[in-house]
Amino acid sequence: MSAETEPARVLLRPPAVRAGLVGPAPIILFIRRLARRRTALFGLVVVMLVVVAALGAPWTAAYDPTEQDITNRLRPPGSPAAAGRAHLLGTDHLGRDILARVLYGARPALMVGFAAVAISGVLGMMVGLVSGYFGGRIDDVFMRLADIQLAFPFILLAIAVIGVLGPSLPVIIVVIGVSSWVVYARVVRGAVLSLREREFVQAAHALGSGDGRVLLRHILPNAFTPWLVVATLDMARVIVIESALSFLGLGVQPPTPTWGGMLADGRVYISTAWWLATFPGLAILVTVLGINLFGDGLRDTLDPRLKL
Amino acid sequence: MRIYLARRLAQALLVLLGVSFIVFFILYLTGDPVLILLPPDASAEDVQKFREAMGFNDPFIVQYGRFLGGALRGDFGQSVRHGEPAFSLVVERMPATFELAGAALLVALGLAIPAGIVSAVRRNTLVDYVSTVVALLGQSMPTFWLGIMLILVFSVQLNLLPSSGRGSLEHLVLPAITLGLFTTARITRLTRSGMLEVLGQDYIRTARAKGVSDPPVVWKHALKNAAIPIVTIVGIELGTLLGGSVITETIFAWPGVGRLSVQAIYNRDYPVVQAAVFLLASTFVLVNLFVDVVYTYLDPRIRLR
Repeated sequence: MSAETEPARVLLRPPAVRAGLVGPAPIILFIRRLARRRTALFGLVVVMLVVVAALGAPWTAAYDPTEQDITNRLRPPGSPAAAGRAHLLGTDHLGRDILARVLYGARPALMVGFAAVAISGVLGMMVGLVSGYFGGRIDDVFMRLADIQLAFPFILLAIAVIGVLGPSLPVIIVVIGVSSWVVYARVVRGAVLSLREREFVQAAHALGSGDGRVLLRHILPNAFTPWLVVATLDMARVIVIESALSFLGLGVQPPTPTWGGMLADGRVYISTAWWLATFPGLAILVTVLGINLFGDGLRDTLDPRLKL
Repeated sequence: MRIYLARRLAQALLVLLGVSFIVFFILYLTGDPVLILLPPDASAEDVQKFREAMGFNDPFIVQYGRFLGGALRGDFGQSVRHGEPAFSLVVERMPATFELAGAALLVALGLAIPAGIVSAVRRNTLVDYVSTVVALLGQSMPTFWLGIMLILVFSVQLNLLPSSGRGSLEHLVLPAITLGLFTTARITRLTRSGMLEVLGQDYIRTARAKGVSDPPVVWKHALKNAAIPIVTIVGIELGTLLGGSVITETIFAWPGVGRLSVQAIYNRDYPVVQAAVFLLASTFVLVNLFVDVVYTYLDPRIRLR
């Protein structure tokens, strides 16, 4: 077999086999391509830093985020404190250290972000797979459900349900998770619609694979890419929603510091102490921006034609 | 065409039915409304009588039927807090919310479409980079923070614009920008990518080859086709704007449905919450029905499907 004919023959094989034969594994290729996108890499670094800040808050924060110190209330950023320490980002209306609260505030934001995206992602993936693969009645029912879901102004629906059930971390996660499945379902469904007509799926059928096996082994791995992009970008949206809920007093309750809750406190002192509202807002902005940059890069690397 | 419209209308009605069901279900979740409605010292016998009289002992589906019948007549019950019909309380505040959402949409379209077009036409120039970065920031910025920062700069520091209330055009500026920013960012990115796609197509090259100069190519040939996804997203973005009004109205003390519903939730005034959610969702459904009709004129292929 000559060197010229080899690539042509290899190209006829399914992508997974082909990748095993020529060059590095797809995951390595993917990481190399992603690493070339500097904005995506920057986004990833920002997100990692936020995750590290959230996990390492007990060690990096110089103060207890709930420790009040009324004699040192509303101190501007950089104010010196006792024992040679300083309040780098100032203190709030109860004398609590803002930097410590911003660091700890990353925890509920990320927790709600990951958990809610996991719930809605799995729900949406299942609906999308079933809807796209079986079509017909099931598809009609799910797509009407999606229309109903989309008709609600999201925040209003969320605060109505949370207002009724009472705000707590599990309630917030479930409410956001259960009501965010539509985007995933639509994207996965679209991918499945085209995948089910492909030769490798028909071949699997011809070889006697049942619907379940075809869906899980052949279609799901190929519909995963668009799903991952949606999940990444949706995480940004969920974090903003979590902060919005906390801002309205319907998020994780005090004394747990939340970015939205800090903003709500800071709003009262906006004319005298600008730093109260500014820093938690910047924390949200930076986190969400990092996720968006990474998500955009992921989309462009994995599937440039994906419109999200 | 008629068949398409009839089917679309039937779908919209079905969606509204689903909306009504969920709105009812939210109240059903609150548990026993009697405990909120009656004074705490009411006797067990009174509670039982009241429950019977109000129909709270009926099966779920009967209660839902009664709620739906009321909703169709615009009857969501009395506001627990204000003692007025919940429906009229919400309807009274609708114009303020529409005014704000409309202004935000105007801000968004007025900024986003030119920015997106210029970005696409002058791709990879400084203008493109600036508009891309601004759009990215706009998409990542939480509305409530932007609102507070705008108040800090324009109301507190510069004393240029009012920070709360409704009335003059000046009152509208900050809330409209706050509410419209996210939508602006979305539409800018969409316009840019849509224009880039269209500008790369054969018929544009043909038009250029035939000697059509730049402005008509962009405005007549390209924008018309790039407009289709923009029209769709305007319908969807309206949902974002109506939902976002909850936050923006709270920050700027704007007397609209959003602020009313947040207060109603704090006060456990559920009839008002139901009426507000139902009416905002209905508005969204109707606007999207309208958008779909407009759409069939822009893109005749849809009619044939």
